[in-house]
Amino acid sequence: MRLKTTILAFLLLITSGPVLWAQQQRFPMPEFESGYQYPDAKLPGSGSLAMEYFDVGILVLLLAVTSWLAIKKRSRKWILLLMTGALLYFGFWRQGCICPIGAVQNVALGFSDPTYAVSWFIIALFLLPLLFSLAFGRVFCGTACPLGAIQDIVVVRPVRVPVWVRKSLGMFPFVYLALAVLFATTGTDFIICRYDPFIGIFRMGAEFHLIVIGIGFLLVGMFVARPYCRFFCPYGALLKTTSIFSKNHLSITPSQCIDCKLCKDSCPFDAIDHPTDPKVIGKMKDKTKHFLLYAALIPLLIVVGGWAMSSAHIFLARANPDVYLAHLLVRDPSVMEDLDNLDVQTFLGSDRTVDELVNDATAIQATFRSGAWFTGAFIGLVAGLFLVSQFVIRRRDDYQPNRGDCFSCGRCFKYCPVQK
Amino acid sequence: MERKKTKNRREFIRSSMRFGMVLALGGVGGLAFRNAAAGKSVWQIDPFKCTWCGRCATHCVLNPSAVKCVHAYEMCGYCDLCGGYLKVGHSDRSTAAENQLCPTAAINRKFIEEPYYEYVINEDLCIGCGKCAEGCTAFGNGSMFLQIKHDICVDCNECSIARVCPSDAIKRINGPDPYLMKGDFSEPA
Ligand code: SF4
Ligand code: SF4
Ligand code: SF4
Ligand code: SF4
Ligand code: SF4
Repeated sequence: MRLKTTILAFLLLITSGPVLWAQQQRFPMPEFESGYQYPDAKLPGSGSLAMEYFDVGILVLLLAVTSWLAIKKRSRKWILLLMTGALLYFGFWRQGCICPIGAVQNVALGFSDPTYAVSWFIIALFLLPLLFSLAFGRVFCGTACPLGAIQDIVVVRPVRVPVWVRKSLGMFPFVYLALAVLFATTGTDFIICRYDPFIGIFRMGAEFHLIVIGIGFLLVGMFVARPYCRFFCPYGALLKTTSIFSKNHLSITPSQCIDCKLCKDSCPFDAIDHPTDPKVIGKMKDKTKHFLLYAALIPLLIVVGGWAMSSAHIFLARANPDVYLAHLLVRDPSVMEDLDNLDVQTFLGSDRTVDELVNDATAIQATFRSGAWFTGAFIGLVAGLFLVSQFVIRRRDDYQPNRGDCFSCGRCFKYCPVQK
Repeated sequence: MERKKTKNRREFIRSSMRFGMVLALGGVGGLAFRNAAAGKSVWQIDPFKCTWCGRCATHCVLNPSAVKCVHAYEMCGYCDLCGGYLKVGHSDRSTAAENQLCPTAAINRKFIEEPYYEYVINEDLCIGCGKCAEGCTAFGNGSMFLQIKHDICVDCNECSIARVCPSDAIKRINGPDPYLMKGDFSEPA
C-alpha cells in the first residue's frame, strides 16, 4: 500500500508538468464492442448576441424617453416609473453588469492593451449616456442607471449638505476616475467593479463586507441623498463635465421663473442654483484678482500633483499581483517554503523564473511611474479648476437646476406655480 | 444690452466646449471601435494553464461557483482505475464515498463493458474545486478539466476568480464558441 502511494506520488511529480501531459495520451480511447457512443459534453452558450442588441436598444429607448419626459413632458411620475423599471431590469434581472460606469475601465484597457478586444457593446454603453448628456443633461442618471435608481428611491428625509463639504467631496469622483483609469490601463484591477457597493444587493449575494457597505450607502442615502452619485461615482464625473455644456436641459419652471422661491429647497441633491446675491455682484471686481492668481497656480498644481502621484508609484504598483509577488519573493525568500501560500507555490511550479518575474514587475512599475504622473497631473488640474471656479460669479436672475449636478429626477417640477 | 452680450458669450463658450467634447468622444469611440470585437466576449478558463488551485470553487461571485468540471469524453480512457474519480491510495475501486476524490460525490461511474467505465459529472453537485481535473491530469488523460459554464455565469465585468487566479488562466475570449475545450492533444494556438 505504502509503496503504491509512493509510486503514484512519484508519477504525479514527473507527469504533472504542463509540457509533458500535453504530448501524449496515456490511455487511448478504447474500441468499444458494445457499440457505446460517448455522450456530448453539454456546453450551453452564453445568452445570444441578440440579447446585447436588445440591451443597447433598451438603453437608447430609456435615454430618449427620459429626455422627453424631463424636458417636454415634465413628469416626475413617469420618470419614477421608468426608473423603477430600469432598476428591476438592469439591476435585479440583468444583475448589474450592463454598466457604463464600469465600461470606462474596459475602454481604457482597450487603449493600453492592443490584445484586449473590447466588445462594441461595451463601447456603446460607454458612449451613449455621455452623448445624451451633451444633448439633454444627465438623463442617464435620471432613470437608466440602476445604481442611481436604487439610491433615488430610498431618499426619505434629505438634509442639506453645506456647500463647501459638497464642493470638496464632489472632487473625489474625479480622483476615483483617474485612479480607475490608472489601474485599468496597467492591467492591475478594475477598482470600480470591485468596489461597486450595490452589485451585492442586485445579485442578492456577495462578499459580506460589500453587502454591509451597500446597505450602509442606502441607510446614509435616506438622509444624504444619492451619496454614491454625488461623492463617488467616477462616471458621474464624466457625465457632469458633459452635462455642464449640454445643448438642452430641463428647467424647473415651464416658462418664466417669477422668483417666488417655492422650489428653493425642493432638490434633495442641492442641485438648484439660486439667483446671484446683488451684494456679491458688487464685489466682482475684487474677485478678478483672485481668479487670475489661482488661474496662474494651475500649472503649478498640475506639476505638484504629477510629482506627488508618481513618487507614490511603488506603493500604487503593489496592487498589481505580479509586482506584489515579486516584492514578496525578493524581500523574504523564505516564503518559498510556505506550502500554504498558494500564489507562491503556483509560481514556483510554473516555468517562470524569479528573474523573469522581477523583470516583468519592474516593467509594470515603470508603467505605473509614468501613468501615475498623468493621474496626479489630472487631479492637480481638477483641483485648480475647482479653486478657480470659486471666483467665477455667474449672474443669475432666477432659480435654475445646476447643469452639472442635476440628475434629471424631476422632483422640482411640481413646486413651480407658474403655468405654461 | 450688456446682459445680452454676456449671455451670448456664455452660449458661445458652451457650444464650442460641446463641440470639442463631441469631437473628443467621437475620437475615443472611433479609436476604440477600431479594435473592437464583433462577437460577445466572455470569461473562460484556459485548461492548459489552470493548476486546479481550488480558488474557482471559492472566489466566484456565485455560490456554488459558475465553474464546473467538463468531461471531454473523446479524450477519456474509460479507465477502471480513474485518477479523477478515486482518491490516491484507494485502489479497491469501490464506489464508497470515502474512496471518491470529489468532495461532493458529483461524479457518476457507470459500467460500460469490461474493463471500461464511463464517468459523468453531475453539474448540480459540482462546485468546481478541480480535484478531479487534477487527478485525471496526473494519472489519466486529462479529459476532465474546469470551464466556466455560461448558462450559469453572470458575466461580471471583471471576473472575481480571474483576479485571484494564481496561474493567470482566466481570460476574456471572443467568438461564437465560448469554451476552450481540450478536444485534442494540442494547446490552442
Ligand atoms: S452619478 Fe453615477 S451612479 Fe449616480 S446615477 Fe449617475 S451614473 Fe449612476
Ligand atoms: S430635476 Fe434636478 S434640480 Fe430638480 S430636483 Fe431633480 S436633481 Fe434637483
Ligand atoms: S483559479 Fe485559476 S488555477 Fe485555480 S482552479 Fe481556477 S482557473 Fe484553475
Ligand atoms: S472533484 Fe470538484 S470539480 Fe470535480 S466534479 Fe467534484 S466538485 Fe466538480
Ligand atoms: S464572471 Fe463572475 S459569475 Fe462568471 S465565473 Fe467569474 S466570478 Fe463567477
